[in-house]
Amino acid sequence: MGGNQGFGPIEREADEPAFHAEWERRAFALTLAMGATGQWNLDQSRFAREDREPADYLSRTYYEIWEAGLVRLLEERGLLSEEEIQAGHAIDTAREVRRLAAEDVEPLLTRGGGVEREPAGEPRFAVGDRVRARNTHPLTHTRLPRYVRGHVGTIERVHGAHVYPDVHAVTGEEDPQWLYTVRFTARELWGSEENASITVDAWEPYLERLR
Amino acid sequence: MHGSHLSDTQRRVRALETILTEKGYVDPATLDALIETYESKIGPRNGARVVAKAWADREYRDWLFSDASAAIASLGFTGRQGEHMVAVENTPDVHNMVVCTLCSCYPWPVLGLPPVWYKSAPYRSRAVADPRGVLREFGVELPEKTEIRVWDSTAEVRYLVVPMRPAGTDGLSEDELAERVTRDGMIGTAVL
Repeated sequence: MGGNQGFGPIEREADEPAFHAEWERRAFALTLAMGATGQWNLDQSRFAREDREPADYLSRTYYEIWEAGLVRLLEERGLLSEEEIQAGHAIDTAREVRRLAAEDVEPLLTRGGGVEREPAGEPRFAVGDRVRARNTHPLTHTRLPRYVRGHVGTIERVHGAHVYPDVHAVTGEEDPQWLYTVRFTARELWGSEENASITVDAWEPYLERLR
Repeated sequence: MHGSHLSDTQRRVRALETILTEKGYVDPATLDALIETYESKIGPRNGARVVAKAWADREYRDWLFSDASAAIASLGFTGRQGEHMVAVENTPDVHNMVVCTLCSCYPWPVLGLPPVWYKSAPYRSRAVADPRGVLREFGVELPEKTEIRVWDSTAEVRYLVVPMRPAGTDGLSEDELAERVTRDGMIGTAVL
């Protein structure tokens, strides 16, 4: 989405509520509750929301995308069928899943799910190194924004080894990789004269050393 | 057309909850607890406590900028979408603002759920390419010499902007300071 043009002004709402309709509350909570069953991981659920035709993605509201993503994950894993949604009740036999109990909500949310892992080796890059974001266009999940691909930036922080979404979304394996904050100037990304810079957090496989 | 689309979604979400409950995958009481948490327990008042403390307490401020996850956790704000925190400081020379161009990443434990504009295509597309124009749209006019730093939350690191402390707040308590801190100030789309 970064750098795309033509979306118009930013529309803000004073005293905005957390949700705008009851179905948004339920879609949000259903997504979190089903996520806690362990039938898929965070990166798989992001991919299920984002991997759709651009016109479809842009025409849905935020929680409509959540609903569509949740249905896709459920259908892929044989936990739900479109026939059941049309009927409005369960038809197929239920599978055994780990159900989140109400009393476990607070401990679960408070604990969260950190993604930093023991690194397998030393980081390739250090603060101050110049790197180029790879010019790569995978069809599977990635978190390297298109607007930095092929551009040169500077390593600003080394975060440790984090679960690598590109693999995690496909195989479910964590494959931890070093994560860096990389800073790009507005001139490098946009040819702009503005006194501005943009950072992204990039896993090591996204980056190559500048020669 | 929009109306019928919406009621179709309402029907689908209702069917989804019924089916998943019948199959024993979710418990409606769990859903209520999840909603209750993000609707009334977690919100930008949490982040305001962090900022006010950083303004009032030099030692805490240093800790926040060296290890934000631990400093924020010490106030009881932990968990989902805030496991790996980084705090960035606005000064007369540097203005920070946060975006998630890929989706809607946002530091839930300190700010709650993001507002619709933060998740919208106009903000996500333009915050990185025209930050000064976006700030102007929010009514923020920065001096030419102020460097703008945009943080695109592309991994699980979540960013909290510590705005500049407003002038004339010298004698205020932490509680009073916290009341001056706004959500948009902590995203970086407002100055206080």
